[in-house]
Amino acid sequence: MNHILEIDNVSKIYGQVVALRDLSLTVPQGQWLAIMGPSGSGKTTLMNIVGCLDSPTVGQVILDGLNLGVLSHAGLTAIRRESIGLIFQEFHLIPYLTALENVMVAQYYHSLVDENEALEALARVGLRERARHLPKQLSGGEQQRVCVARALINHPKIILADEPTGNLDETNELLVMDILRQLRDQGSTIIVVTHAQEVAAHADRVIVLEHGRLVQDRVGAKERVDNLETASLMAG
Amino acid sequence: MNKNKAFAFRLAIFSLIRRRSRLLAALLGVALGAVVLFGLISLCRDLPRQFRDEFRAYGANLVFAGLGSARLDLNDLKKAKGLLPPNKLLGLTPLRYESVRNRLRPYVAVGVDFAQSQKTSPFWRVTGRWPNEPFEMLVGADIALNSDLKEGSFATIDGRNPNQERYAKDFRIVGTLATGGVEDGFLFMALADLEKMTGISGVADLAEASLTLGADELKTLAANVKATVPSVEARLVTRITDSETNALTKLTSLVYLVAVVILALTMICVATTMMTVVLERRKEIGLKKALGAENNRVAREFLVEGAIVGFVGGFLGSLGGVVFAQIVAYNVFGRVMTPRLYLIPLTMLVMVIVAVVASRSPVKKASGIEPALVLKGE
Ligand SMILES: Nc1ncnc2c1ncn2[C@@H]1O[C@H](COP(=O)(O)OP(=O)(O)OP(=O)(O)O)[C@@H](O)[C@H]1O
Ligand SMILES: [Mg+2]
Repeated sequence: MNHILEIDNVSKIYGQVVALRDLSLTVPQGQWLAIMGPSGSGKTTLMNIVGCLDSPTVGQVILDGLNLGVLSHAGLTAIRRESIGLIFQEFHLIPYLTALENVMVAQYYHSLVDENEALEALARVGLRERARHLPKQLSGGEQQRVCVARALINHPKIILADEPTGNLDETNELLVMDILRQLRDQGSTIIVVTHAQEVAAHADRVIVLEHGRLVQDRVGAKERVDNLETASLMAG
Repeated sequence: MNKNKAFAFRLAIFSLIRRRSRLLAALLGVALGAVVLFGLISLCRDLPRQFRDEFRAYGANLVFAGLGSARLDLNDLKKAKGLLPPNKLLGLTPLRYESVRNRLRPYVAVGVDFAQSQKTSPFWRVTGRWPNEPFEMLVGADIALNSDLKEGSFATIDGRNPNQERYAKDFRIVGTLATGGVEDGFLFMALADLEKMTGISGVADLAEASLTLGADELKTLAANVKATVPSVEARLVTRITDSETNALTKLTSLVYLVAVVILALTMICVATTMMTVVLERRKEIGLKKALGAENNRVAREFLVEGAIVGFVGGFLGSLGGVVFAQIVAYNVFGRVMTPRLYLIPLTMLVMVIVAVVASRSPVKKASGIEPALVLKGE
């Protein structure tokens, strides 16, 4: 089967703290996966490892056929650039750049800036008219949508969103979920960390972490069940 | 690729323009540094001329006399003058000393060429005016103080020439001369008037020349005069020439030292500001790296921002420096300076280099920022 992500017996240890404990997980291409779990259970740690922002202490991660463990710093940077779109709870827009420029920054580091394409991405998240506004002139929901536009501009294979709706009202939450669904329908793999059941309900599959362990792995009640590859659960 | 370069430039400019406070701090530092640097270098370029002119106030630097006890023949002096480079010769005046009397009191009268002695002795301070009509004279300040030979009065000067013939002549005193030196005890008249009064002409005791030449050149010149006109003795007023050269070197090196200190201070200012900027923008740096920016690309962006600050600050500072140099030149040296415009690009270049070098350690810091830690939260 075509797995975009394979995590084998990964542990992440910070000094005394075991943030991830012997975790294994495979994610097929095109799946929308939600990660849940209490605070401190290792969700962000897992996202950072998958997002090539951090490396596991033990274990192996294979992303899109590449073993991350053997890659150099520059190699990991290249994967972030080429294959991953990041959506943050706190948006992380550059405050002195307009919405449009914030999207273009991602193009700039990826390959070539293309203003029209960036405008299209903003149109897709319903912000075509706000392209020339600075982040401080946008609402939280609008800023998050800019962040989404930035994440999708380079057509990443996998989109990672850590609490993307944590700071949003219901309307904006639904807007963002809608865009994520479209992306999933176009073939992107989506991993969303969330505390909210409503958000997790949009996903094809939900896993739950506790104390760095994978304690639950269930396929969502939604209609995409049939499309799902049986994801193996090997948590200890 | 060009579009990307344009965008990179846009990023740098916006980062500077839309974050005004930091820009101002860094710009101000660079601009102030550039003002002082530009001003000092301009002055330094001008100092040799300024000081040569100033030091000329200490008097002549080449003196001619007759051989042994013989008086100086004015024809010989003419020949000697022919050997001096005309474009370096500021002034040349003969001096002839005669013992004279006024109302039985003895005085020394000095015959000079007033037009020339104003150039060879710019330190002479005259109250009233300089003589410009026949039989006008200046009195030394001491004489004016202790006798009734004062500005505005007439004085009958008499005496005996070497042929034991008596003479007497009325002079109008048009000014008082003060130098703080021996001149304060002399009477000064035109050499032509002295010759007419005494009936003896064509001789002097000394001649003083002021030349804009260094000690070595003056020595060669003196030797040349002695060789060509054997009846003329030519001497350097060495003490003055040496001190001129010495003081000039000292002042110039002092100015350059100050310039180096200014550059160091500017560098510290820029480095501190850039460090603050890097810390303030940790999140942004982390984000860029998370988006896939390589370390050296982030580093380059900061260096470009530093370079822009250096460029703009250097330019503004240079303009300020033109004014600064002008003010100093006017107030300290009492003259207007032609602004040296070619120093503007030079100052800008130096400031760009300073800003880029100063950004190096902040940039290193930026390169070390880990995206994961920064993005994780506050
Ligand atoms: N850089 C670090 N140094 C030390 N300990 C860390 C570090 N990062 C995370 N931890 C610890 O690892 C554990 C898992 O952290 P993580 O951020 O992954 O939790 P989380 O599930 O994302 O929690 P939350 O829901 O609150 O965001 C926590 O106990 C945390 O304190
Ligand atoms: Mg977290």
